Amino acid sequence: MNRRALMSWASAAWAAPLWVRDALAAADEFDGDPYKSYQWAELRKEFLGPKPRVVFDARVRVLGPAFAEDPMNVPITIATDLPGVQRMMVLVDRNPIRKVLELQPMAAQPSVSFRFKLEQASPVRALALTADGVWHVGGTWVDSAGGGCTVAGGTRADGSWSQTLGQVSGRLYSAAPGAAEAGARLRLRVMHPMDTGLVNGIPAFHLTRLSVRDAGDRELLRLQTFEPVSENPVLSFEFAKPPPGPLRIVGVDNNGNRIDSKVE
Amino acid sequence: MQRTRYGLAWIRARAAWLALGLLALPMAPMHALAEAPVVKLATLDYGLKARALADGVYVVEGANDDFTPANGCNIINTGFITTGAGVLVINTGPSKRYGEQLRALIARTTAEPVVQVLHLNLHPDYFLGNQAFADVPRSATPVTRAGMQREAKSYEDNLYRLCGDWMKGTESLLPSQSIGPGPLRIGQREFELREYQGHTDSDLVLIDRSSGVAFVGGLVFASRIPTTPHAEPKAWLRALDALPMARMTQVVPSHGPVHAGAQGQQQTKAYVAWMDEHFTRWAQSGWEMNEVLRAPVPDNFRRWAGWPAEYTRNVAHLYPRYERAALQGPKQP
Repeated sequence: MNRRALMSWASAAWAAPLWVRDALAAADEFDGDPYKSYQWAELRKEFLGPKPRVVFDARVRVLGPAFAEDPMNVPITIATDLPGVQRMMVLVDRNPIRKVLELQPMAAQPSVSFRFKLEQASPVRALALTADGVWHVGGTWVDSAGGGCTVAGGTRADGSWSQTLGQVSGRLYSAAPGAAEAGARLRLRVMHPMDTGLVNGIPAFHLTRLSVRDAGDRELLRLQTFEPVSENPVLSFEFAKPPPGPLRIVGVDNNGNRIDSKVE
Repeated sequence: MQRTRYGLAWIRARAAWLALGLLALPMAPMHALAEAPVVKLATLDYGLKARALADGVYVVEGANDDFTPANGCNIINTGFITTGAGVLVINTGPSKRYGEQLRALIARTTAEPVVQVLHLNLHPDYFLGNQAFADVPRSATPVTRAGMQREAKSYEDNLYRLCGDWMKGTESLLPSQSIGPGPLRIGQREFELREYQGHTDSDLVLIDRSSGVAFVGGLVFASRIPTTPHAEPKAWLRALDALPMARMTQVVPSHGPVHAGAQGQQQTKAYVAWMDEHFTRWAQSGWEMNEVLRAPVPDNFRRWAGWPAEYTRNVAHLYPRYERAALQGPKQP
């Protein structure tokens, strides 16, 4: 279904598929955004391109804390049961840099956990693109003490970042005995200062790409990371069954430093 | 997949609960002898009251709660003790206004002048009332003094944000002298000062030898979820074991009701040990922070003041360390 066809469908709302009708019913000044955020229209335009097909969808789950005790490290888990997810994007309405990361799940589950820097209270959104070209948007609200993006990280303050840059520690966890599914979770910690460029005198310096490959060098997932991801990122990825290891973690930062590490 | 994992988390944590239930000591309910102070928002009056625990030994009790403008952000128990040669003040509260009202209360209670202020650790409600005690020596351990200097600015910002008008005019005034563990004599009073670590890097305990009243600072939380921004759980558990409970007739924790006996110490120990054990296990099993935040916590802890916000803070402060240890594994130190 191309966009033109979609638009004409939408004009005949009675015959439209459920999600289109929902979108029409919710056509208020916030375009149906459950968080009624003035930033939403702008975000959509900037990150989804002209006339995207968007639906607010509770099946895209975003888990976070009710408030950010440590605004430099706000833990978020995104996940969805939607089939055929091509890409997942995390956007934060009220951050100075609003895109946090983008995941191509490939052979992994459409899910990732991470921490990020939150500047002020904001909706935190996950957008999942399904094979039919529709963006499914879920979110959560996180209250904040403020100051996450404009405060220097710990290793920047004590100067230790250069000794550990690019080091990866990680573990592959298999589901415990008795679990219905024989899933697996990969947890990684990658040493990197992840400087936002918003702190006076410290230019942006952050990981841009990470990818996980299995023993046969098959790419299992691809992740783009942006400035708001926390210092020394801790990431979790989910697999329907344990991938053949050892897994190889490869990546690069915006200065061209390479990550290449194995997780047994 | 995700759902299965949470289900699993639930079952695992439930099993852990049962284990805790078997170990938990039967605990008599703690009697709060005083009610929370009556706060007047319109006049920013904390309603501070001095309650005598022994001859010349007073506690000034705050609400057993979390910081909110409704309680004036007064959640701390401070104290003062007459010595015959002047008054020793233990902690000065969360704001300039609190410090002033505390000083006025002391003046209403005793004719003795204030001769010294003692800070039991570096946390903001232990010293942000100091402006009202600018003319007297203010003592803390060297480690606490360094910590206050490091954190003062962010304390001010954070409490202004949380407490608003109550904080008007508050600026941190740091301690003026160092003090170490050992005997402390002022006038006719003999005190014993003990220094521990665990709640913070330096936790002072003050015991009045004649009355046995002990100001145990942040080491003991009574019926209140412990706070952990500077905590080291294993050291804290060692400190709790080392506290000379038998010598204390009454225990004044900084947070939660004054009580006799080891109840507060036991509660704090049970909670810190529970966290240490579960955070270790969950990190070793690959749990995400959001799963830990949603994990079932034993009912007896959930009934305490500060739940659930303080647990959210505990997880933010402490869980990353357990994760690091788990991810680095046995190979790397």
